[in-house]
Amino acid sequence: MLKFILRRFGSSFLVLLGASVLLYVLTINSGDPLADLRESNAENRDYLMQQRTQFMNLDMPWYQRYWTWLTGVGQCFIGQCELGTNRQGQEVVDLLGLAAASTLRLVVLATVIAMVFGIVIGILTAIRQYSGMDYAVTFLTFLFFSLPVFWAAVLLKEYLAIGFNDWMADPGFTWPAAIVAGLLLGVVLQAVLAGPARRRLFTFLGAFLFTVLAIPYLDWLNFAQYPQLGPVVIALVGAAAAVGATALGAGLQNRRVLYAGLVTAALGVVSYYATYTLLWDPTWTTLLVLAVVLVIVAVAVGRLMGGFSKGAATIVSLFTAGVMGLLIIVEHLFRAWPGYLEIVGRPISTIGSQTPNFSGTFWEDFLDKGTQLLLPTILLALVSLATYSRYTRASMLEVSQQDYIRTARAKGLGERQVILKHAFRNSLIPITTIMAFDFAALIGGAVITERVFGWKGMGEMFATGLDQVDPAPVMAFFLVTGTAAVLFNLLADILYAVLDPRIRV
Amino acid sequence: MRNDTDPRNEQDPKTMDENPSRTATTLRDGTGPSQQAVDMANLAEVEDAKLRQKTGKSYSQGQMVLRKFRNHRAAMPSAVFLVLIFILAFSSIGWAGIPGWWDKSYLTSSTVVDGGAPTLSLVPQWLGGEGIRWGEHPFGQDNTGKDYFALVMRGTQQSLIIALVVGLVSTVIGATIGAIAGYFRGWIDSLLMRLTDLIIVIPLLVLAAVLGRMTSSLDAGIIPLAVVLGLVTWTSLARLVRGEVLSLREKEFVAASVAMGAHPARVIGRHLLPNTIGVIVVNATFAIASAILLETSLSFLGFGVQAPESSLGLLISQYQNAFTTRPWLFWWPGMLILAIALSVNFLGDGLRDAFDPRQGARTARRNRRLGTFGISGRDKALDRAATETSAGAGGRDVPATGALRPTTTSAELRDEIHSDDEPHGGPRRHGDRRKGRNRPDGDHPGGDRPDEHRRDDQEPRD
Repeated sequence: MLKFILRRFGSSFLVLLGASVLLYVLTINSGDPLADLRESNAENRDYLMQQRTQFMNLDMPWYQRYWTWLTGVGQCFIGQCELGTNRQGQEVVDLLGLAAASTLRLVVLATVIAMVFGIVIGILTAIRQYSGMDYAVTFLTFLFFSLPVFWAAVLLKEYLAIGFNDWMADPGFTWPAAIVAGLLLGVVLQAVLAGPARRRLFTFLGAFLFTVLAIPYLDWLNFAQYPQLGPVVIALVGAAAAVGATALGAGLQNRRVLYAGLVTAALGVVSYYATYTLLWDPTWTTLLVLAVVLVIVAVAVGRLMGGFSKGAATIVSLFTAGVMGLLIIVEHLFRAWPGYLEIVGRPISTIGSQTPNFSGTFWEDFLDKGTQLLLPTILLALVSLATYSRYTRASMLEVSQQDYIRTARAKGLGERQVILKHAFRNSLIPITTIMAFDFAALIGGAVITERVFGWKGMGEMFATGLDQVDPAPVMAFFLVTGTAAVLFNLLADILYAVLDPRIRV
Repeated sequence: MRNDTDPRNEQDPKTMDENPSRTATTLRDGTGPSQQAVDMANLAEVEDAKLRQKTGKSYSQGQMVLRKFRNHRAAMPSAVFLVLIFILAFSSIGWAGIPGWWDKSYLTSSTVVDGGAPTLSLVPQWLGGEGIRWGEHPFGQDNTGKDYFALVMRGTQQSLIIALVVGLVSTVIGATIGAIAGYFRGWIDSLLMRLTDLIIVIPLLVLAAVLGRMTSSLDAGIIPLAVVLGLVTWTSLARLVRGEVLSLREKEFVAASVAMGAHPARVIGRHLLPNTIGVIVVNATFAIASAILLETSLSFLGFGVQAPESSLGLLISQYQNAFTTRPWLFWWPGMLILAIALSVNFLGDGLRDAFDPRQGARTARRNRRLGTFGISGRDKALDRAATETSAGAGGRDVPATGALRPTTTSAELRDEIHSDDEPHGGPRRHGDRRKGRNRPDGDHPGGDRPDEHRRDDQEPRD
C-alpha cells in the first residue's frame, strides 16, 4: 500500500511539474505585457518599456524565465520560498500568504458543508426515489447547477444580507410569519421522514406546533439579539445526537454503543462547565489542544464501553463528542454576539473578508470572520452541494439495483444495514472521484466569488496577474490550487483502493 | 423433448395458434442433428409471441428512446423552450450578415427614452396594467441608449453557439480518451490519465481564463473561444467514461467479444461506449450547461467576450451596480442564462432516462398528483424496485404494467421496510417474520411471477 501511495505521489509530482510548464507558457503568451505602455503618451515611453522588459525578463526565452521561476520554487524545500515579484515589485510570497488564508478558509468550509449535506441529501433522495421530496430536491439541484454565481451573488447581497441586517435592527416575528414558517417546516419534515399517511400527518402536526410555539418564545427571549443555548439544550441535543448516531450506526438494540454515546454526551456537558473560563477568551492553540483532548476522551470511552462492538461505539462517541464540541463553541459565540452587534451594527457585510481595523476578543473576531464568510460560503456550497447530492443519488440508485443488495435484503438484514453498510459504502466509489476535482474547481470558482464580494484573496491576485500578463502571481495561484488538487487526487486514489480492492493498481 | 415437457405450450393454446406450423413440425419429427437448434429457435419464437401478446406492440430501440423522452415531464418543455429561444435569438437580429425581423442593432446607440425603462408589458389593461404591448424597446435601453433587447439577443446567440461547439468538442475528446484509457489499461492508460490529470490539476476557470485572454487578442469572434473551452472541459467525462469502462471490461460480454476475436475498436465502439451512453449523454449536457456558465463567468471577469461584442455575462458584469436603480439591465441577461442552462440540464436528464435501458417505461409516473406531496411516490418506488429486481435478462424491455407486476413481491418488500421503521427487535424477530411470510404457493415458480422469470428458471435445464 505504501509503495502504491508513493508511486502515485511521484507521478502526481510529475503531473504538477508538467502542468506548471503548460500554464507558464500559456500565461506569458496570453497577451502583451507592454500593452498599456504602448498606448501611453508618456515622453519616456521607450525607457519605461525597456525598464519593464528588464524587470520582468521579457527578453529571455520562455524556458529561461520558467527555469528562474522553478528554481525559486525549489528553494521552498529549504525554507526560503522565492516566487518572484509582481509587476509592481511586491514579493508574491507575502501577497500569497495573506490571500491564501482567506481563500482557503472559504473553500474548505464550503467543501465540507457541501460534502456532508450533499451526500446526506443524495442518500435521502435515492431512498425516496420519485417521491415529492425527490422531485423538489432534483429541481433545486438543477436550479443551483444552472445558476450563474456572480448573478446569484448580487441577489444574495440584495435580499439576504441587506434584508437580514434591516431585520436585525428591530428583530421580531409576526404571527403570520411564524405560521408560514411552521407550515413550511412541517411539509419539509414530513416529506423527509415519510412513512404511511398517519405518521406523516403526526410529523407535520408536531413540526408545525413546535415551530408556531417556539418562534414567539424565542421572540420573547429576544433570541436574535441575546441568543443562548443553556446547559439543558446542550444536554438534550447531545443526547439526541448520541441516540441518532446509534440508531444509524449500530441500531438502538445495541445497548453498549448507545450507552457509550450517552456517556460521551454527559462528559460533554461536564466539560462545558469545566472549560467555561478557559474558553472565555481562548487562542487557536487552546482550541486545538481541547479538540485533541476531546478526540482522545471520545475514543477512550468508545473502546472501553464498546465491548464486542468497539468500532461502532468509537464512531458514535466520536460523533457525539464532535456535536458537543460544536455546541460548546456555538454557546460561546452566542455569548459574544451582543458585544459583536454593538461594535459593527450591521452584522452581515457584503464587501471584504473581514471588517477593516476590527479588534475584539477571540470570539468577536471569530464572529466577524464568520459573518463575512457567510454569503460567499453559501454561494460556493450551493453549486457544489448540487454536484454531490446528484452524484450520490445516481450512484446510490445504481448500487441498489445490484444483486448483492438483493442478497442482503434476502438474508434478512434491516434496511439500515442494507443502505448504510452495503449500498452506501459501494456508492462512495464514484463520489471520491467527484471529490478530487470538485475541490480544485471550487478554488477556481472562488475567483468569481471573490470578485463579487470584493475579497483580497487569491482569485483577485490571479485576475490582476493575468490581466497584466504577469506570470508570478498566476503561477503562485496555481501552486496552491495545483498542490491542493494533487493532494485531493492522491486522497481519492487511496480511498479508491481502500473502498474497492479490485481497482488496486 | 423439451417442448413436450414444457407445460406452458400446452396450457397456452393462443401461443400455439400463432405459430401452428412450426410447433407442429417440431413435435412431429423429433430427431436429427439440427433438432437442438430448431428447438431453440422455436422456444425463442414462442417466447416472443407470448411477449407480443402481453405487451401489445413491440418497439425498436429508437422508438422506445423517443417515447420515453417524450413522456419525460421536464425534458420536453425544455426542448421546446430551447428551440424557441434558438429561433428567437437567431431570427430577431439576424446572424452572419442575414438580417432579422428586429430593426435595431446591438451596436448603434440612440437617445435614451424614459430613463431606458423597458416598454414590454404583459399585464392586460383589465387587470390594472398597461395592456399587452411590445413597444419600442421591450427590454429597455442601456447607458448609451443601445437597444437592450438586441444586446441580450446577441448575447444569447453567443452563448448558444459556444454551448454547442463546446459540447461537441469536449464530448468527442472525453469519450474517446476515457474509453481508450479504460480499455487498454497499462501504459496507454497511465499516459492518457496523466494527460487528463495535467489539465484537471489546473483549475478549469484559470485555464479557461488564460486561454480566453489569448483568443480575445486574436480578434476572430467567439469560435476560437468555444473550441478552446471544449479543449479544457473534456477531463471529467474522460475520467467518468474510463471508470465505467474499467468495470464494464471485466464483464462477461466483453470477454466473450474478445474471445471471438473482435478488434479493440469494435469492442469499444459496439460494446463499451453504448453501455456508457448514460454517462456520456448526461455529461455532455452538463458540459454544455457548464460551458454556458463558464463563458458568462469569463466574460464577467473580462477574459471572455470583449466589449463592443455582447455576451450575457458581459452585460451582467457591466450593469451589476445598476441593480437598485435599473433592475431590468440585471434581470434579463441573468434570467436568460439561468433559463438556458436549466433547460439544457433538464434535457440531459430526460435523455438519460430515455437512453437508460435499465429504466422501464415509467408510464405510471405521469399520473401522480399526490406524489407532489410525497404521498404516493414511496409505494410506487417500492413497486418499481420490486419489478426491476425481478426482471431477468430478457425482461428489461417489458413495460412494467400492472398486469405483469408481481404484487406479492412488492407487498413483501413494503412490509419489510415498514416494519424496519420500528426499532429492531433482534435476530429472533427477524426470523419469525420471515417464517410467517412463506407463502403456500412459494414453491410454484410459475405461480404469479412475470414471464421473464420463468425463462430464467428454464435455463439450467437446457
